[in-house]
Amino acid sequence: MSISQHGSLLQADPHTKKRNAAEKRFRLYGLSAIGIAIFALVILLISIIGNGASSFRQTYLSFPVTISAAEIKVAETALLKTGAYNKIIETSLLAFLIEHDLMQETPEADAFGMISDEAGATFRHFITANPDAAGTTFQMNLLTNGRIDGYYKGRVTAQTALLDKNVTPAQLVLADRLAAQGALVKRFNWEFFTNPDASDNRPEAAGLGVAILGSLYMMAVVLCLALPIGVAASIYLEEFAHKNWITDVIEVNIANLAAVPSIVYGILGLAIFINFAELNQSSPLVGGLVLTLMTLPTIIISTRASLKSIPPSIRDAALGVGASKMQSVFHHVLPLAAPGILTGTIIGLAQALGETAPLLLIGMVAFVKEYPAAWSTDAGLFGEASTALPVQVFNWTQRSDPAFVERASGAIITLLIFLLIMNALAIFLRKKFERRW
Amino acid sequence: MLNLEVLMTVLKMTVSTLAITVLSATVVVARDNVQIAGSSTVLPYAAIVAEFFGENTDFPTPVVESGGSSAGLKRFCEGVGENTIDIANASRAIKNSERATCAENGVEDIVEVRIGYDGIVFASDINGNSFAFTPSDWYTALAAEIPIDGVMAVNPNTNWSQVNADLASQMIVAFIPGTKHGTREVFEEKVLLQGCEDTGAMAAMTLIGMDEDTAEGACMSVRTDGISVDIDGDYTETLARIEADSNGIGVFGLSFYENNTDKLQVATMTGVVPTTQSISNGDYPVSRPLYFYIKAAHVGVIPGLKEFASFFVADELAGPDGPLAAYGLVSDPELEDTQAAVANVTLMGQ
Repeated sequence: MSISQHGSLLQADPHTKKRNAAEKRFRLYGLSAIGIAIFALVILLISIIGNGASSFRQTYLSFPVTISAAEIKVAETALLKTGAYNKIIETSLLAFLIEHDLMQETPEADAFGMISDEAGATFRHFITANPDAAGTTFQMNLLTNGRIDGYYKGRVTAQTALLDKNVTPAQLVLADRLAAQGALVKRFNWEFFTNPDASDNRPEAAGLGVAILGSLYMMAVVLCLALPIGVAASIYLEEFAHKNWITDVIEVNIANLAAVPSIVYGILGLAIFINFAELNQSSPLVGGLVLTLMTLPTIIISTRASLKSIPPSIRDAALGVGASKMQSVFHHVLPLAAPGILTGTIIGLAQALGETAPLLLIGMVAFVKEYPAAWSTDAGLFGEASTALPVQVFNWTQRSDPAFVERASGAIITLLIFLLIMNALAIFLRKKFERRW
Repeated sequence: MLNLEVLMTVLKMTVSTLAITVLSATVVVARDNVQIAGSSTVLPYAAIVAEFFGENTDFPTPVVESGGSSAGLKRFCEGVGENTIDIANASRAIKNSERATCAENGVEDIVEVRIGYDGIVFASDINGNSFAFTPSDWYTALAAEIPIDGVMAVNPNTNWSQVNADLASQMIVAFIPGTKHGTREVFEEKVLLQGCEDTGAMAAMTLIGMDEDTAEGACMSVRTDGISVDIDGDYTETLARIEADSNGIGVFGLSFYENNTDKLQVATMTGVVPTTQSISNGDYPVSRPLYFYIKAAHVGVIPGLKEFASFFVADELAGPDGPLAAYGLVSDPELEDTQAAVANVTLMGQ
């Protein structure tokens, strides 16, 4: 071998150059792949946050309201009691506007239209809770109409108000006067997280309360069922079962089930839990059971993987000092595998939290206004109708009022935050308890 | 190892919770709220009434699901019992075949409640051309084949001015409801078929030798060359399509249009502007009745069912000055009869 064949160490030969170039290209491909992914993520986040961030703030109108005991009595005899209370609020609003010289020839109907339809219900709720309020004057903090709220969020302008049948330019001018006076304020919208859904007439009152509760209940059901069942199945398959064709078939089936479209579990849930077992439709119990079926394969696969990763020396050592097979599993293998199991479970739960399709079939895509109780004597455990977070997003995107677009994006942000918390928890648990050999 | 022991305790606790859950699942369940499903057109009205019902009575707010008229009636007809729905919303009358299915499953006693009418309107981008349509225009623009000189020819029209010289020159781009929607049926019958008869195309087809059924079928078959687009989603999708393509003209419900008047302009039909007024007196031709159906066997079993139905059709809600009319429902001039029928639980066919 002559030196010329090797070439100089300082000067790269063509083959090395080629290899270096190939590596450079590969790095570029990788970088651009990550770039594309980040770009897509940024676009998604910008569009969602751009649309939805405004839903976390809401405009309120606060002014003194006077009601007499006689007026309450009359209102309570009406069929539409909340409508009667609305009238009382309107009278008080008019008095307030005149007192502060804010009307300035605004048509009365326009002034009344500034308040949300929800006001009557808020007011009635307040009166029922505080019967002493009769005959006194007190400050009420009421939601403004969705269009007025939209004006302070840039959705409604003087131009669109001219064309829009649900808002007039005069209302916007009056709103500005009220804001200058300090009666109309925009503040953080806690109600968005606590209020139940609202009908198409009052997007300003719609919130995620029922959806968040429903999602929590379902996650509780999934956690309580999928974790023990999944872990038991995995331990048996991994530590006790003999390797034969039956376990092979089971293994293939579990892998297959993990890839089955989730809507299939919805059909199954409708047939088994609602039609056969006669559990309540729309209930978090049924939703949780369906999502349990859906999450089980994910949990079993991740649990088996973390059991496999425990070195056999641990088991051998336990068996060597006289532990039974079960003792070796429960005293040594399982505690060591627990971080991996929990990580897999949390990721499975996060997947279940964002699932919509199976819930369509079991009646959870619904307008639900009552907060579901975790337990009631009639409906049993988690048996009362409810919705879930992803379902609420789906529902709101179908509403005709443009204010629901903002609400839907706000719900997506909330869901993303929940998912972020769960995934962060999974990473935290893994980092904290993970053992390396 | 302390942390791991904590984890084990969590695992053990979940196992015991599992046992409790399984036990409780065997408890006989019951519900105290009214359960409704069906048409997505009726859904907003039902939701508005349900909201008021919850606020103004001591009964819990009913649960309202959408899913479409057919899906709702299918679930309605699944049987009697607490795990079936109490009310089905429909944007069309129940079919005989559906009643037969119902009867087979023991749902024989049904109360039909007509809540009012829904106008179907044609709307386009607010900044585009204005249109004054007749059913004939829509037939000539959208039919798959039209009779020309005694033979059925593929529809050659691509511009509204070709269809009718009075219309603005604009490419034909129509977003019409897909076949799973109840609205499609109304569109076919009240617009396409009407236009087919008005233009004389129906007569021409009979001359060619088609029998009546085939001719009607030909009248209502929509072109599939991309000029007419079926929208299977909701009106929000139709609106998004129009915002993306300003030539587009979409079919909407009146209430949807009324909530989006800053983005859409409505076309007249045979010279009439669609309003709740012009629809209720019958001047505006494209409208349809909206219904809900009550399972009579559940009345008295499910608390609040009858009260909800009476509440729905009360003057304060479904009347011309009520919140439903404000949202876009055309109130029924014969609402009093409906109120009586609900009060007496008058069954269908009685």
